[in-house]
Amino acid sequence: MPQPMTGSGSSADGASYGRTRLQNLTWSRIITYLFLLIWLVIALFPIYWMVTLSFKNLRLITTGPYFIPWVDFDPVTLGWDDILESGQRDRVMTAMRNSLICAVGSGLLALVLGSMAGYGLARFNYKFGPWRNRDISFFFLSQLILPPAAVILPLYVLFVESGLYDTVWGLMLLYTVVGLPIVVWIMRDQFASLPVELEQAALVDGNSALGAFLRIAVPVAAPGMVAAFILVVIFSWNEYLFSAVLTSKSAYTLPLLIATQVSSQGVKFWTMAAIATAAVTPLLIIGIFLERYIVRGLTAGAVK
Amino acid sequence: MDTAGNSLPASGWQKALFVLPALLLTLVIVIFPTIFGLLVSFTSWTRTGTTLDGPGDGFILTRLADMIGDIWTAIRETWSGFTNLRELWHDNAYRTSLKNNFIFAFVGVPIQFLVALGLALLLNQEIRGRKFFRVAFLLPFMISPIAVGWMIGKAIFDARFGPFAKIARELDITLTFYDTGPKAVFWLIIMNAWYAIPFVMVMLLAGLQAMPPEIFEAAKIDGGGRWQTFKDITFPLLLPVSLTAVVLRLIFEFKLIDIIQVVTGGGPGDASQTVSLYVYKAGYLSGDIGYATAMAEVFLIVVIVVVVLLLATVGRFVRRLY
Repeated sequence: MPQPMTGSGSSADGASYGRTRLQNLTWSRIITYLFLLIWLVIALFPIYWMVTLSFKNLRLITTGPYFIPWVDFDPVTLGWDDILESGQRDRVMTAMRNSLICAVGSGLLALVLGSMAGYGLARFNYKFGPWRNRDISFFFLSQLILPPAAVILPLYVLFVESGLYDTVWGLMLLYTVVGLPIVVWIMRDQFASLPVELEQAALVDGNSALGAFLRIAVPVAAPGMVAAFILVVIFSWNEYLFSAVLTSKSAYTLPLLIATQVSSQGVKFWTMAAIATAAVTPLLIIGIFLERYIVRGLTAGAVK
Repeated sequence: MDTAGNSLPASGWQKALFVLPALLLTLVIVIFPTIFGLLVSFTSWTRTGTTLDGPGDGFILTRLADMIGDIWTAIRETWSGFTNLRELWHDNAYRTSLKNNFIFAFVGVPIQFLVALGLALLLNQEIRGRKFFRVAFLLPFMISPIAVGWMIGKAIFDARFGPFAKIARELDITLTFYDTGPKAVFWLIIMNAWYAIPFVMVMLLAGLQAMPPEIFEAAKIDGGGRWQTFKDITFPLLLPVSLTAVVLRLIFEFKLIDIIQVVTGGGPGDASQTVSLYVYKAGYLSGDIGYATAMAEVFLIVVIVVVVLLLATVGRFVRRLY
């Protein structure tokens, strides 16, 4: 069903034919909505269940399943007390702060470096030995292929040796590099889609290439920059393996906290659920309000 | 991409200024460790046994030279030649991990694609609340795979207190999810699909919306049925975007670790383990850095071969991947 099923087609057919079409239309609508609702439940129920778990206690979890607060169970704030006031408070706050610094820092850094590279690749012709624009672009993109596991242990040794181990800055630097390919990809596309004439005029007026980039191109490339920034933030916020190997007592991020708490909290589902809910909420909010930028970033280069 | 006709004149160093920072940082952080890793994979380097004495003091270049000297000495002292590779050849756990990576990729991704295609086609119609559905369907992709693993794999699929297991118990059915290898892999594929489907859906939906509506009007006038239209027009036109999404997902599945780590820890035994998880366990948790790095470098070669084969077969359909 690729095409909008508008009933008001150009059908100059007889009345009986129009009638069957109308019926088909209704049935196809019902089936469409049915499937959409089924997937809505599949997509949202796990999130919903996690949030309700954070308002339960041992009795509610062992006797359930209870689904709707105030209808079949009375919510308690045990889990939230645990992470906001006692027990887990310091850990959660540290992880939250680390994740925030890493995500925003690597997002900004990757945006600056990636935008410049993307602009260069869109606007200049490079010749580094045998390397042309196409090869440089491919070099950046090929980083997407590299499994983190292939570099993680050498990086661990190097991080320990250079004092970057267990620091937020080390992790941030790493996330910047991992985020770079996608930023270069999005921004090269973004700049290539803008008219080149204004920048040419700026160069004629005596601006440097950097000046033309900063004054003319950057201000109009905002949509791509927002998209690229958000994608790097999402990646950094959710990344696990680097954080697990390269941090220990002080620079751990939220995914690592969740992973370690799973084994130590055992059946304290309410605390786990509160931690997990707190960890995913910022990104869910970003997803809800900035959906169009995320879609733009994900589809950059793939659809034109 | 061809930039001719769209390019600016600039001097060599001005142009270089734009790409060099990103290039150099990538070289230092990614390429250097990869090469270093190649050397380490021929050593018996261990996490606690092989220690370096830190970068020392002084100017950054002296410290860097000192560091490289230390590393070089450590590599020489722990050099073990092909011992790691021979051991790897007989390592059944490594074979299982490698096999699982292929299953997660080549069984998991087609499932993701089929569901995502269905959803994209549904959302491409004129329906009420389309914006709402689009945003809601994207949300799973916002969640960290670690959190996905906990909230689905641990909380919902819990064998004692999970809603499914409890309802099943009322009906005198005992539900278990991860007690055998194939079952564990199956449920992990499902969870990973839940997380990944929005990504594929977004790509396919964008592909559908980029299609000129005139084509479909022409098809309607020609009297093509829906299936016919889909088979002859929509699907072929969607092929480049489809393959781009599929290739990207395949690449990501070869990196899979987080969901598995939380849900099964690779178990039972090592039946649901992937290479990344095995490298993490052997190199970081057990501290056998030399051996685990050998695993990782062999895996890197496998991944490169797979990607080259993919690009050689479907690459010409993959639109503007680079």
